Amino acid sequence: MPNTSTNIRSELVQSLNKNPGDWSQDLQDELKNYQHKELEKPIIYIGTGTCGLGAGAGDTLKEVKDYLERNDIDAEVKEVGCIGFCVEEPLVDIQLPGRTRVGFSEITEDKVEGLLDSVFNGQIPAEHLVGQFKDQDLEPYEDIDYIEDHPFFRNQTRRVLENCGRVEPTSLEEYIAQDGFQGLAKILRTTTPEELCDLIKDSGLRGRGGAGFPTGLKWKFALDNAAEQKYFICNADEGDPGAFMDRAVIEGDPYRLLEGMILGSYAIGASKAIVYIRAEYPLAITRLNHAISVLKEEGLLGDNILNSGFNLEIKIKKGAGAFVCGEETAMINSIQGKRGMPSPRPPYPAEKGLFNKPTNINNVETLANVPGIARNGPEWFKSIGTEDSKGTKVFAVSGDVKNTGLLEVEMGVRLKEIVYNIGGGIADDNEFKAAQIGGPSGGCVPKQHLDIEIDYETLQEVGAVMGSGGLVIMDENTCMVDVAKFFMDFIQRESCGKCIPCREGTRRMLDTLKAITRSRSQEDKSKHESLKRFKSVVYLKRLANVIQDSAHCGLGQTGPNPVLSTLRWFRDEYEKHIYERTCPAGVCKNLITYNVDEDKCVGCTLCAQKCPSDAIKGKQQVPHYIVDEECVRCGQCVEVCRFDAINVK
Amino acid sequence: MFEIQVNDKTIKAKKGETILDACKRTDIYIPTICYMEGLEPTGACRVCVVELEGQDGLVTACATPVEEGMEIQTHSQRAVRARKTNIELILADHPDDCLYCVRNGDCELQVLAEDLGVRQRRYFGDKNEYDLDDSSPAIKRDPSKCILCGKCVRVCEEVQTVSAIDFVNRGSETIVDTAYEEGLNLSNCVYCGQCVRVCPTGALREQSHIKEVKEAINNPDKMVVVQNAPSISVTIGEEFGLRKGKDVVGIMNGVLRRLGFDRVFPTSFSADLTIMEEAAELVERIENDGDLPLITSCSPGWIKFMEEYYPDFIDNVSTCRSPQQMMGAVIKSYFAEEEGIDPENIYSVAIMPCTAKKFEAERPEHTRGGNPDIDAVLTTREFARMIELAGLDLSDAEPEGHDTPFGERSSAGKIFGASGGVMEAAVRTAYNFITGEDLEDMDLESVRGLNGVKEAKIQITEDLEIGVAVASGLKNARKILDQVKEGRDDIHFIEVMTCPGGCINGGGQPRGMDMEAVKSRMKALYNIDKTDKVRRSYENNAIKRIYDEFLGEPLSEKSHELLHTTYKKREDVLL
Repeated sequence: MPNTSTNIRSELVQSLNKNPGDWSQDLQDELKNYQHKELEKPIIYIGTGTCGLGAGAGDTLKEVKDYLERNDIDAEVKEVGCIGFCVEEPLVDIQLPGRTRVGFSEITEDKVEGLLDSVFNGQIPAEHLVGQFKDQDLEPYEDIDYIEDHPFFRNQTRRVLENCGRVEPTSLEEYIAQDGFQGLAKILRTTTPEELCDLIKDSGLRGRGGAGFPTGLKWKFALDNAAEQKYFICNADEGDPGAFMDRAVIEGDPYRLLEGMILGSYAIGASKAIVYIRAEYPLAITRLNHAISVLKEEGLLGDNILNSGFNLEIKIKKGAGAFVCGEETAMINSIQGKRGMPSPRPPYPAEKGLFNKPTNINNVETLANVPGIARNGPEWFKSIGTEDSKGTKVFAVSGDVKNTGLLEVEMGVRLKEIVYNIGGGIADDNEFKAAQIGGPSGGCVPKQHLDIEIDYETLQEVGAVMGSGGLVIMDENTCMVDVAKFFMDFIQRESCGKCIPCREGTRRMLDTLKAITRSRSQEDKSKHESLKRFKSVVYLKRLANVIQDSAHCGLGQTGPNPVLSTLRWFRDEYEKHIYERTCPAGVCKNLITYNVDEDKCVGCTLCAQKCPSDAIKGKQQVPHYIVDEECVRCGQCVEVCRFDAINVK
Repeated sequence: MFEIQVNDKTIKAKKGETILDACKRTDIYIPTICYMEGLEPTGACRVCVVELEGQDGLVTACATPVEEGMEIQTHSQRAVRARKTNIELILADHPDDCLYCVRNGDCELQVLAEDLGVRQRRYFGDKNEYDLDDSSPAIKRDPSKCILCGKCVRVCEEVQTVSAIDFVNRGSETIVDTAYEEGLNLSNCVYCGQCVRVCPTGALREQSHIKEVKEAINNPDKMVVVQNAPSISVTIGEEFGLRKGKDVVGIMNGVLRRLGFDRVFPTSFSADLTIMEEAAELVERIENDGDLPLITSCSPGWIKFMEEYYPDFIDNVSTCRSPQQMMGAVIKSYFAEEEGIDPENIYSVAIMPCTAKKFEAERPEHTRGGNPDIDAVLTTREFARMIELAGLDLSDAEPEGHDTPFGERSSAGKIFGASGGVMEAAVRTAYNFITGEDLEDMDLESVRGLNGVKEAKIQITEDLEIGVAVASGLKNARKILDQVKEGRDDIHFIEVMTCPGGCINGGGQPRGMDMEAVKSRMKALYNIDKTDKVRRSYENNAIKRIYDEFLGEPLSEKSHELLHTTYKKREDVLL
């Protein structure tokens, strides 16, 4: 006896070739069900994306289920993905039949009982309330703000992320209920591959992985190279530290990505597709595997998809912990079982890629944009954005901002809107110092450019890049030299080692940054280290330029960017490190010096006794002295001093 | 052809060429490190970068195809600065060991540092300190001197399909190493030495035995005898500025004696001996339904490769020892007896175009009573070094002959040095063994030349046509063996040489990938053969004598004892 829900699911799939308006009444009713409009029983949605799980949503989920059983309440529990408001996870939404869905924040395990007691007794508690979701078909609550008006969500334009956190990522029905696969059905029915490439070109969609290359054009190159076998690859390696846009999309709305991949494969004529996903995303891999198997069952993958004659098989290939494998040719080598090192281009993958066949590679976010364009047309897509950068961009915002999380904005939005409106301003109300955009390939935008409109070209003018969407906000307590050192360290550890400028050059740059964040006492005089330090600083820019000019791939070519960018906007900070050997932000531990203020010190000897390295000298009742070479900067003396006599510089 | 601009000059270029190809053709110099002729460019070293109008960054000349109308600057300030900086970056962690280094005066890094005018230490790093890999008898690895150009990895993987070494780790921790960081002696390395030939620095070199040989020469109690491979006499001249392919056999013998060797023998003699035994073996297998195809066994790199990757073919491989080892065996038996010397007092040296022969000489099967048949093997490069160290050069000697009892050879034994030579030599003798007549039409053109796999069909009698195949380069050996595995059964005899083109392109030969030189050496060998009076191994008087006086006949018990060997499966080395 087949499972009824699978029957509905198959019916929904079969009906994709018709407008929903023409569907049978029964089917339309089912649709409302999957749109969470006509509930028979309450639904409790729990955000169990990786961010949620990290905040304790796993325990919340368990506790919710326990609560329902304990209290004999018949309600549905749905696990959803990340809605982007990560700072307030675990997020729990409750929807009672006939009423709107209401969202609550920071509902850890211990808060479950209180919340559910309230809600099931007709009370919406004010504590932990985020807001209610607008829905014209459901009765709203009085005096409760709409989530859509929440400062975090108000200025977002959620297209790629529209389903994330709203739908069950495992449910194909819910995806179809949100007009999923309408785009694919329409295209397969009415549009040739060549026309599809033109359509995407017309929309102005540019690669969201960082390079910003026009997607339609890229597809056309692969389409124009005839071959018996072509490959379509989705780049889900997402190696930038602090970037998790792609993860959220795959965890929260995997069918969207797959629809985009099927469309892309159709456009270039590929019958085999691969998702190259980093192994560090186990939940995303699970979601993707599940979604692929569902699509196979329903004939949306495999032979003759939707009776179009188009066949596609999608496989998953896991990465093995190498940032460099996000580079197209290194990824291809990795998929072929070789060491992940890039290959010279030309020939480009569109001509000779995986197994020497024409191949096209696109980033997850790029592909997640495609179903919308297929469904609504290119005009819809380019109705927002700037002259050269159409559509939206998803950003993963982290750092010293109040609202860290995932957001999607129109291209052209000003950086200060992201920081202050959506982001809620700097944490602890400190001062904004810089925003790092583009991860290790990117640069920073200083205070004086907060007004900048986010778009591919304008960012380059200030020495930053769009990157894949990682955006780190930094306050006045950040040392920009330390930031540059962090990214350089990452680059050097991830460098594949193939070419000299990256392998050796970035190492030398890192050594220079380490040298200028080290104290004099740590330098080996016999090895003339201070002279070497000086020389290396003098040649830092020259070296950076050679690396940019001659490195084999994007990793090396953009590796020096964080250094060059911070050097451009925060030169004075560098100079303080180099010439005055101090760290104004107080971050570089080794440049912090501790001195005793002779006027305040009474010679109680407490600090000298506490000092683990015996660096404090002095007799009873005589002002003490800290020997810099011996000081290990532990800070214990500051803690014990009752006279506030120790200065930290 | 179309036009491109290089350094403001118009030059012609053709579709499919790279910028580097076009510039080489027109004598525009662009330095390279990782470029390997005949292999796909890898773009690893970034030394050949040039400025291309319209491109933001610099592009590699080796990997960028030419297009009509390109405007290129090979020596713009940007390009030169990048080149120089990249060399300076290598030097930053390269050991400052030039004056003590095996490649002093002969090092590609030295040449580039000088050509690019490096005069300052701008970049500082900790000097590489990696353990020396001294484990193998044939090749020494010094990873501290490695500049990670990748040529050794590529030659091992793409040309030889062995992949004994590869890049491990990442970033500035990257090094070239064997699997599980084992020494070479525990890896699947076949010691062919092609990696040594392409290494630009002192990171890879042969294990040198010059010292041992000199000690033996200076030891009054030892009689030091030397054999020299067929390829040596047509190669050694190159190391002294003579024309490529010039045969200097007489002068070479003279120099050898001046170096202190007591007896000088041509390995071509024992090549003839190998042919006698192997042709007999072939005939025996054909007539008695034995394991066919018969596969040659004189290339020790191939033997180790077979033991590791094709152990199922062990029974197909000829049990004949290589000419080097057959010579070693008859020296310490027949020759020792004739001269009345205790074999313990004979120090037997072989000069070979090969590094794997050093491994072969140490194989336990090739010792008798603890006394190895061959005491030391020197490569062509070591031989040249010895000559220089003695203050000599090739003009310092009069042409001299070889010593008895092994001083005569047929030219069939001489062409062993070229891929296909063993096959031709064997066919000449096998023909006689089967038909009792002399093969008149001896030039088997179809098995000559540098193609990786060559085949021929030879009508021996009205009823017997034999199929022969010749493979050089282990990738090509795989090709033919895989076909046999799949069921191909029309081949009776396969010659396999480890090195592409044969011993003339061996791991012990002068460095580089100079295929023009290889062709010249090959031509020289076939020219010697064309004009020689004795062209068939069985017509060699010295061969006749050794059988009459000592061995009896091919495949006799004595022959088996001295001239044949066994092999062992080494699949476990593949873990």
